[in-house]
Amino acid sequence: MTSIRQNKTLKKVLSRAFWLLLWQLAAGKVGKELILPSPFVVVRALFNLAVTGKFWINTAVTIVRVLTGYCLGVILAVLLAIMTCSSELLDALISPVIRIVRATPVASFIILALLWMGKDNVPILMSTLMVIPVVWENITAQYQATDVNLLEMAQAYKLSKWKKFRYIYVPSAFPGFLAGCMSAMGLAWKSGIAAEVLSQPKIAMGSNLYYSKLYLETPDLFAWTAVVVILSMCIERLIKYLLFRGVRNEDK
Amino acid sequence: MKISNLWFSYDNKTVFEDFFLETGEGITCLMGASGRGKTTLLKLVGGLLKPDKGTIDNGGKTVSFMFQEDRLLPWLTVRENILLVTDKARETDELLQELEVDGNLKISELSGGMARRVALARCLLYDRDMLLMDEPFKGMDSKLIEKVAQIIIRQNKTALITTHSLEEAKALDAEVVTL
Repeated sequence: MTSIRQNKTLKKVLSRAFWLLLWQLAAGKVGKELILPSPFVVVRALFNLAVTGKFWINTAVTIVRVLTGYCLGVILAVLLAIMTCSSELLDALISPVIRIVRATPVASFIILALLWMGKDNVPILMSTLMVIPVVWENITAQYQATDVNLLEMAQAYKLSKWKKFRYIYVPSAFPGFLAGCMSAMGLAWKSGIAAEVLSQPKIAMGSNLYYSKLYLETPDLFAWTAVVVILSMCIERLIKYLLFRGVRNEDK
Repeated sequence: MKISNLWFSYDNKTVFEDFFLETGEGITCLMGASGRGKTTLLKLVGGLLKPDKGTIDNGGKTVSFMFQEDRLLPWLTVRENILLVTDKARETDELLQELEVDGNLKISELSGGMARRVALARCLLYDRDMLLMDEPFKGMDSKLIEKVAQIIIRQNKTALITTHSLEEAKALDAEVVTL
């Protein structure tokens, strides 16, 4: 087991080293920091950013915005899923709207939202809008796949609507909820940052990305991007850990 | 129970065509080759399926069902599965003890035979006038069949039970009807 784990770790390290080396070689070949800075230059830029208070404030505000949008999206998706699963009429009303939201480019929503509300709230709304269809669709798909044998058993034993919901539908849809929450996190993060880039709130990682591009500070642009990627991965893992810890506690 | 002039078909496949059956109180075993409609008949008697034509008169008895598959909720424990359909906690614990099943186990932790016993306990504790049991002894050895048969007999209820084995019908001291 240890040797398998060591092998996996070695593969991961080698893979990362390969891409870093390729990046370094490409940067050396281009030879212009403005177009493609080397990994070392980006790390230096990142370090220079990290020692400023502004960096941490911007990062914290963006995290709060994305997580707020994400949580709102998950809550609304669950409520909408319950509504669409419980009534054919509500399903006919709500499902097409959610499908349209899913198919609409996030940029269109951002531009529209900028007309309707303050730019500080646009990233929250975008994260929410991107989360809803993913979580909703995962829940409803699992709900529709509920074991018909269990439903027949519920009919035979005359289980109440509440018991059917609590003990059959909810546990059946729960894996879909988990999967939806996991994949929605990445989307919330990306759409939230994209909304910050376009709406440029005063304090935001996305605004800093935009200004780095505007003032041709390419190493800073790379450094901010690296922070976005690292944070996205960390938050995704944190969500995964929290959700699965919740499931394990439920199982005990 | 009296079934008269029963017609029933699934997806254009006729299962019962002008079918008649009359059984007395006590235990009746339905036997017959696979596909002869034993399970369908139980579901018709239990009201889970509606006949195309004909009448099923079970004297107004309420029914408790034991399906061919265990149909237990895998996310609940043995005890929780049973208490979902009854509030008789003490009787549940007693019957589970008699059937040698730990009530605190998750369904996923049960062997096939144990899960069958849980489905049986659920059916018996869902206190109804008539038992409709679809192959209740599936996955049990002869010693366990004897024990479970005694528990079913002890209920002193009208029961319609499908089986493939004459031994099981004998253990239940049942009237046998072949489809």
